[in-house]
Amino acid sequence: MKHNGAALAHDPTNIIIAGVGGQGNIMASQLLGKLLVTKGFEVIIGETYGASQRGGSVMSHLRVAGKGGISPIIPKGKAHYIIALEPAEALRVMGEYGNPDVRVLSNTRPIYPVDVSTGALDYPDLDNLKKIITDHAKETFFVDATDIALRVKTPILANIIMLGAFAQWGVVPLSVDEFKEAIRQSVPEKHLKKNIEAFEEGMRALAAS
Amino acid sequence: MSYLSKDSPGEVNLLMGNEAIARGAIEAGVAFASAYPGNPSSEIITVLGSLAQELGIYVEWSTNEKVAVEAAAGASYAGLRSICAMKQNGLNVASDFISNAVLTGVGPGGMVLIVADDPGGISSSNEEDTRYFSRLLEIPLLEPAGFQEAKDMTAFAFKLSEETGLIVMIRSVTRISHGRGNVVYSKIEKGNKKARFDTGRTVLAFPVPWTHKILHDKMAVIKDKFEESDFNRYEGPKGADLVVVTSGAAYLYTKEALGLLGLSDRVGVLKLGTTFPLPEDFITRGLKGAKKVLVAEEVIPFLEASVKEAYANHVKDLGVIEFYGKASGHIPRENELSPDIMAQAIAGLTGTGYVPVDPAYQAEIRGLSLPNSPYRALTFCAGCPHRATYWDLKKALKLDGRDGFIVGDIGCYTIGLGPQGYSMLRTTHAMGSGSGLATGLGQLKTFGLDQPVLAVSGDSTFYHSVIPALINAAHHESNFTMVVLDNSTTAMTGAQPHSGSDTGAMGIPAHGLSIEKICESLGAKVRVLDPFDVDKSVQSIYDTIQDDEGIKVIIMRQECCLYRLKKDEKRYLMKIDETRCLGDACGCNRLCTRVFKCPGIIWDRAGKVARIDEVICNGCGVCTDICPEGAIIREVNHEA
Repeated sequence: MKHNGAALAHDPTNIIIAGVGGQGNIMASQLLGKLLVTKGFEVIIGETYGASQRGGSVMSHLRVAGKGGISPIIPKGKAHYIIALEPAEALRVMGEYGNPDVRVLSNTRPIYPVDVSTGALDYPDLDNLKKIITDHAKETFFVDATDIALRVKTPILANIIMLGAFAQWGVVPLSVDEFKEAIRQSVPEKHLKKNIEAFEEGMRALAAS
Repeated sequence: MSYLSKDSPGEVNLLMGNEAIARGAIEAGVAFASAYPGNPSSEIITVLGSLAQELGIYVEWSTNEKVAVEAAAGASYAGLRSICAMKQNGLNVASDFISNAVLTGVGPGGMVLIVADDPGGISSSNEEDTRYFSRLLEIPLLEPAGFQEAKDMTAFAFKLSEETGLIVMIRSVTRISHGRGNVVYSKIEKGNKKARFDTGRTVLAFPVPWTHKILHDKMAVIKDKFEESDFNRYEGPKGADLVVVTSGAAYLYTKEALGLLGLSDRVGVLKLGTTFPLPEDFITRGLKGAKKVLVAEEVIPFLEASVKEAYANHVKDLGVIEFYGKASGHIPRENELSPDIMAQAIAGLTGTGYVPVDPAYQAEIRGLSLPNSPYRALTFCAGCPHRATYWDLKKALKLDGRDGFIVGDIGCYTIGLGPQGYSMLRTTHAMGSGSGLATGLGQLKTFGLDQPVLAVSGDSTFYHSVIPALINAAHHESNFTMVVLDNSTTAMTGAQPHSGSDTGAMGIPAHGLSIEKICESLGAKVRVLDPFDVDKSVQSIYDTIQDDEGIKVIIMRQECCLYRLKKDEKRYLMKIDETRCLGDACGCNRLCTRVFKCPGIIWDRAGKVARIDEVICNGCGVCTDICPEGAIIREVNHEA
């Protein structure tokens, strides 16, 4: 399926961006979606963010099609790519939408559910969590996005770092310059420099992994 | 200029469903827009408000949905196109006006009512299906089955309203309103911007049987239009054995399910966009030759009942058809639908199987996912003033010791029902219901009720519907304490301004009304407290509930932390002095993490001490006052 010279590996391509409320899921999915529309694709994004600011799991279903027939919800077991801003969320999404061919890009920094903070629930051992994800995906990348964001003292930019890593991955037919242009159009001027730097940090992190 | 206000016919943009609705209104030359915020409808007015000055239109966040719909009708009577948006609960509030306006008619400016339902109650206290309101009130109903239709139907609805003098209702759902998809723009009409009330006309509903007959004549005209509408279509093979009749988001799931099953060339789809009054002749043509009909829709079997009714009227033309849907158990009656639910339903009726993924893989990953992705309970944000308020209330009621209790309503503070709000809240119903319940409970002393009665509401809710309950309480001298959790915004729905704000939806100055002055004018005894000042708040709340005479109001005033952090830095930089935190040896039962439950503090299992999560902590500083050992240190953030 070709659009403006670009090709989709799967039609539709199903991408899930998962995280915890406040991590910037929606911003990331919207930026990516708008970019794909300018390339001539049909895009549908389904968002689950009912009470997302209040500690819940959030998910954006980003679907890219050449020939339509898609709904705002990805069918169970049909994700091609999972971008997780939080590692346990990667596994949560895999449980519902994973399949042996799924590819996963995950941040490594846990955000503890409130029941973990209180001691009522356990957060899984991070190495074990990474192993389960790796063992059940075709391809897996882990990026220390929050740690990188903390180094530049802007933890909110973890989503842009993950977007940079996603761009470097090269699984959607979009160039790095197109990603950067989309960031320029979405981010206020005063935050632009930091966002572009964060994006490039994410690209480097994936290239190095 | 925004991408939403560009007059660029043919341009394709990725729009949120609510943006598509707003764009449809802009293309139709809308002049007046009003709403009370409620998800999933809120962005419609947010978007129009942000463009109001550029477009030369008027936009407001009204005090409640009844006022919003009346305000929009006012503009319609003066010849302006107006739009009013609300969530499903809002229509309950607004319906009183609409049930009269169907008889009087509106216009000459077209008036469109957008109701965004929330199947599954993703951000709601119920999953009310408002489509039955169209039959109850007798207003025409459109259901967009995608983002393009959300825009196109809105523009069409203005024309239909002007042709018939009726309010036209568009029912969206969360997956449309909060989803995003490609939308092709049309031209922006200039629209009438000159308002004049025709004094030659009296707007009246009498005599009722006569105006009611006029309404039914209009409905007959609308039905004929709907018979020809492009929003209804048949897709798939002619004379299919199985036809799926569907509308709204369920249409998208149906199409996807047929693709998954490879049945697109075997099963017909009768897609309906105009669902009241029902285009019966169109439906009869679509069902000709069908042996089985599956009706796919979310929540209540509205379409299912309507289509069966149409079938009864045309049974001679159609012969025997078996109906499947909610009555037969093929489609669930609760929650939203999905491509998977539709695939299983259609697979069942066609004798095909649907196995989405290797069952062995699925069983294994589910088995590993469940225990390793711990549940994320809803909680107050780190730094939320409501957590502090419930903490203060909990301590004050404990100090009082008379088994006092709190009733409430909808808002972020509804989390007070659960452990994150120390289970302090006992009830939640509609907007302002806590205050209403409390007016009754406050009268029960003679029946032996000797517990302190408290009600909570948010600031926006206070204006929306607490005021009438307070007037009732003041008039009848009901004995309770009204606690207004004033975080200076409508936080739950995305920080919209309200009647107490000094700016409105258009971003220009508005007259903010003082909660304390309103309450004082009713004779209430008013105290304004800062929930972050724990000791003072606990003492004041305790003192207030000792007063057994009449109506008391406590305003817990502290800005929403998310709203505040959009404009300013964290107030405090927090850290834990690990030499002073005694961990489990302290005897505090991990007060900060296990009891206070702020997600900004985490329990370090390895080091056996509490730690601040610097990514999550929003720097409110309250936990410093909670820790018995003084181990939580707050430093004033000089960048704030």
